[in-house]
Amino acid sequence: MEKRVTFNEKTLPYLLVLPQIVITIVFFFWPSWQAIYQSVLLEDAFGGNTRFVWLDNFAHIFQDPAYYRSVMVTAVFSLLVAGLGLAVSLLLAVMADRIVRGATAYRAFLVWPYAVAPAVAGVLWGFLFNPAVGIVAWTLRTVGYDFNYVLNGGQALALVVFAAVWSQISYNFLFFLAGLQSIPKSLIEAAAIDGAGPGRRFWTIIFPLLSPTGFFLLVVNVIYAFFGTFGVVDGLTKGGPARATEILVFKVYNDGFRGQDLGGSAAQSVILMAIVILLTVVQFRFIERRVHY
Amino acid sequence: MATVSMRGVRKSYGGALEVIQGIDMEITDGEFIVIVGPSGCGKSTLLRMVAGLEKITGGEIAIDGRVVNELEPKDRDIAMVFQNYALYPHMSVYDNMAYGLKIRGFTKSDIEKRVRHAARTLEIEPFLERKPRQLSGGQRQRVAMGRAIVREPKAFLFDEPLSNLDAKLRVQMRVEIKKLQRQLGVTSIYVTHDQVEAMTMGDRLIVMNKGVAEQIGSPIDVYARPASLFVAAFIGSPSMNFLEARIGSDGSLTLDGASLRPKTRIDPGRAVTIGIRPEHLSVGSGFDLQVELVELLGADTLVYGRLSDGKALVVRLPGNEVPRIGDRLPVKANEGAWHLFDSETGKRLGAA
Repeated sequence: MEKRVTFNEKTLPYLLVLPQIVITIVFFFWPSWQAIYQSVLLEDAFGGNTRFVWLDNFAHIFQDPAYYRSVMVTAVFSLLVAGLGLAVSLLLAVMADRIVRGATAYRAFLVWPYAVAPAVAGVLWGFLFNPAVGIVAWTLRTVGYDFNYVLNGGQALALVVFAAVWSQISYNFLFFLAGLQSIPKSLIEAAAIDGAGPGRRFWTIIFPLLSPTGFFLLVVNVIYAFFGTFGVVDGLTKGGPARATEILVFKVYNDGFRGQDLGGSAAQSVILMAIVILLTVVQFRFIERRVHY
Repeated sequence: MATVSMRGVRKSYGGALEVIQGIDMEITDGEFIVIVGPSGCGKSTLLRMVAGLEKITGGEIAIDGRVVNELEPKDRDIAMVFQNYALYPHMSVYDNMAYGLKIRGFTKSDIEKRVRHAARTLEIEPFLERKPRQLSGGQRQRVAMGRAIVREPKAFLFDEPLSNLDAKLRVQMRVEIKKLQRQLGVTSIYVTHDQVEAMTMGDRLIVMNKGVAEQIGSPIDVYARPASLFVAAFIGSPSMNFLEARIGSDGSLTLDGASLRPKTRIDPGRAVTIGIRPEHLSVGSGFDLQVELVELLGADTLVYGRLSDGKALVVRLPGNEVPRIGDRLPVKANEGAWHLFDSETGKRLGAA
């Protein structure tokens, strides 16, 4: 049934969508435009002198080995965050879905981490793993494993991935659980009668039916890994040690606000924007085809 | 093809609530059994216990002589048709039917042969490449049937398979399922709340109420000799008329001035409930019915009225007899149409 409201005058409908349009322009188009505009400028640190430099900023970036290193770090980091975040939350959702008694309590606990802001999560895990005072680091040391994310780049990356995944799991979990619960029970029963064991039921029935949820979460998680994890990195390692955890979005911030290279930073953020747009397009073009709606 | 035996089958959740309170039933090879009852009577639970989808709390179920209590659904060699069809929405009709065969390791050519054969039987060949959502309700129903028959299981289990269809299609599918079952000769258990389905499809019925099998018997048996008040009220439409009465000192019954003698001896002074089906009443001298409402069904006329003592009574008359509202209609009961039940226990006492 279609409900259609007819407006006699033109102003009211525009007025009604105005807030959304204003928000989009102010918080999306305008900053994006600013980034593109600044990426072709060279500015001194105090803003006294601004010069139009064509694409010099970009050329500079593509000649910088540190940038390629950051791209690699981002690739590894994003793959791990999105991959682990999806896999672990799916596992948790499948487990929680099978629980009958006390299901609400389990779910509530699993949703809690989402209430913790990424930056706080970063600080929190940083404290727990702190080589000097952290209880987890201390425990690891007593069993003979020297964990020092402040010095060891690999461990730092692992910790950042861990904290970022921890922050995102609840969100994924909620969606996966809702997805699981929307699959009619009789389908699973029919498959059981057809002779499929639990594993096969999961991979041939549940997983394909969960694919729309999974696809949505993949897109959201990739974007999260690229942008949303800034707070975690900032709270934990600030890109260190020796830039081992400097993902692209953090490098944009580092170079722009610490290095005061506004033009270069803007150029980086334009590239980052392009990468994420490209990735999203790729996901929609190639992965969405396998999704069963 | 197989026999199915239920011996003292019980089901309870958490000990306190017993939803199946001991069912005994021997189903012979190729028989079509209908479990019928109101919602919440435990009929679906009983079926799901046969399928292996619910644990059996007490007693045992045997399929083809083998106790299946501890067997997984897949090892019981049964097929089930669900109320919502439970077709895999991401698979084509062909894949839906082939799924169980693939898992059981049939060869590709064998699968192809069986699916094609089933599709031909059910007239769904043109839809084999379609997805379930592109099918109508009736076609989905056929696919669900197809998925059940390709495996050639020992027994078919149906869980209200027709209740999602419209009335016309339901009648059509009812006939088709029955024909198909005859043709394949596979033992079937069919759960429904629809008494018409139960009467028309079943070789035998189990009438269930609150986890108890009130009566097990052929449809005609259940109709003609209901074992309890519940069965009498549940089977037949419109429902049987019930009138309270007391056995007199001479062992006879007095009702609205008329007196009749039960065929079986009943202790004097016993409170009984008399049941008379509306179709077993006709115009003639007996009681006077004050007509309150008349429903014209074409073939029949249903007359709702009250006796002189205020008791409500429904009479089914031929379509050409149309009394007027407010009229006094003399009605009599046909020979042997009285069912007598114990008012306290609800059990059948006899006829009169």
